[in-house]
Amino acid sequence: MECYFDNAATTQVRPEVAEAMIPYLTESFGNPSSIYKIAQKNKNAVEHGREQVAKAINAGVNEIYFTAGGSEADNWAIKGVAESYANKGKHIITSCIEHHAVLHTCEYLETKGYEVTYLPVDEYGMISLDDLKNAIREDTILITIMFANNEIGTIEPIAEIGKIAHEHGILFHTDAVQAVGHVEIDVKAMNIDMLSMSGHKFYGPKGIGALYIKKGIKLNPLIHGGAQERRRRAGTENVPGIVGMGLALELAVKELPEEMPRLTALRDKLINEILEKVPYSRLNGHPTKRLPGNVNISFEFIEGEGILLLLDYKGICASSGSACASGSLDPSHVLLAIGLPHEKAHGSVRLTIGHFTTEEQVDYVIKEIPPIIDRLRQMSPLYEEFLKEKGEK
Amino acid sequence: MQYSEKVMDHFMNPRNVGEIEDASGVGTVGNAKCGDIMKVYLKIEDGVVQDAKFKTFGCGAAVATSSMATEMIKGKTIKEAMEITNKAVMEALDGLPPVKVHCSCLAEEALHAALWDYAEKNGIVIEGLEKPVNDISEHEEIPEEE
Repeated sequence: MECYFDNAATTQVRPEVAEAMIPYLTESFGNPSSIYKIAQKNKNAVEHGREQVAKAINAGVNEIYFTAGGSEADNWAIKGVAESYANKGKHIITSCIEHHAVLHTCEYLETKGYEVTYLPVDEYGMISLDDLKNAIREDTILITIMFANNEIGTIEPIAEIGKIAHEHGILFHTDAVQAVGHVEIDVKAMNIDMLSMSGHKFYGPKGIGALYIKKGIKLNPLIHGGAQERRRRAGTENVPGIVGMGLALELAVKELPEEMPRLTALRDKLINEILEKVPYSRLNGHPTKRLPGNVNISFEFIEGEGILLLLDYKGICASSGSACASGSLDPSHVLLAIGLPHEKAHGSVRLTIGHFTTEEQVDYVIKEIPPIIDRLRQMSPLYEEFLKEKGEK
Repeated sequence: MQYSEKVMDHFMNPRNVGEIEDASGVGTVGNAKCGDIMKVYLKIEDGVVQDAKFKTFGCGAAVATSSMATEMIKGKTIKEAMEITNKAVMEALDGLPPVKVHCSCLAEEALHAALWDYAEKNGIVIEGLEKPVNDISEHEEIPEEE
């Protein structure tokens, strides 16, 4: 059975989304900035996509700016605020479990004279609001905390973070790439000033994303050039991408009331049955405040890449926080941040389910995982040592 | 990153997994922090490696190189065993991705560590064999990914 359980990495474009995009790749190819009819039709398509995106997060139409993806949106929000508000201060607060698009941008700014506080997280990957309050300084200009973590699925207390930011007159950006289209988001109710999203995480195309920028926030452009996106983001609009992302998000939000409980139930079934069937395993991330599609489990005494290869052999696509999978010596910064020792972090597997996942597939994965773990443990000197020590006791 | 068919074969069907209870030499290298540990057991009689087994905590390449290295050392004299280099293991597997070359170094070190243990137990000196470093992974350079 083929099981794509890596929806946090990317998703399959929904057929109706792909179909809606095709005319904008073929006959309706005009540049929205041109004056003739086929171009004007495309201008309307872009604005319709903007309306769809705005509505999905309760933003104003003129508060949505299309980008080439989530990484660009993160870079723009952080570098833009840093530059535009430098005269107010040069301090930024973020967390140590952010996506690299945020972490590396902050590290880059540190080389440019900015100071960054990286908030720690608890064992579930949750930041502490007290830590946040204590980190705020006179010169703090930005708080950027992810909506939900891409590896362990933990959902941060976004509305409370936004409230604290606003009480101190600080801007609040959230990297919501993993959350948009998967949980309910209301930028107004949640006190969000800027929000990054990416089309291919909710069954839209790759290469398209958006940054929500609340009206009134000044933000220097990241990409200079033409007058597109109300002079804030240059470059000819990715019309098919915008059409696809708009429709994909509209569908995702419309289906949320059924899809969230369906995926949550499948997720919990996966978690509970794997933990029950495989001894010496643990769930990473928060048990309830987590994305509906995210499962992340550490299996003791074994290493993640081996698990992924054996899963792949069984037709199951998953990912791992192990160092071997990423080609560096260190395992995932997120798993280390929640306090996992290196050896346990190496043995972690992330399974992310989504729109196309069926209960049959979940049952298949539950059936296939225990023998794979057992097989690798039989090969592991750590397990051998553990059994000997246990036997001696 | 992609593994050769040989690497996949030795990962999916590893040869010589297990322990030797009355092993002549046992060697463990690597550490859990870096994600690789190899433990090699050798049974040596009349100066010839009669049997070899291994247990490995690590990625696909770590398992495959352990499997191949133990396969290669079986039937060899100690002198011949000393000629099994990381390069030879890698070539026998039709190559490794650049980021996985360290696994073949670990396999060579694991064989050497087991031979060292054998030499110490029997009070003999094996020409060219140096005392194994406990944590070889802390001394190696990881090549940049291409």
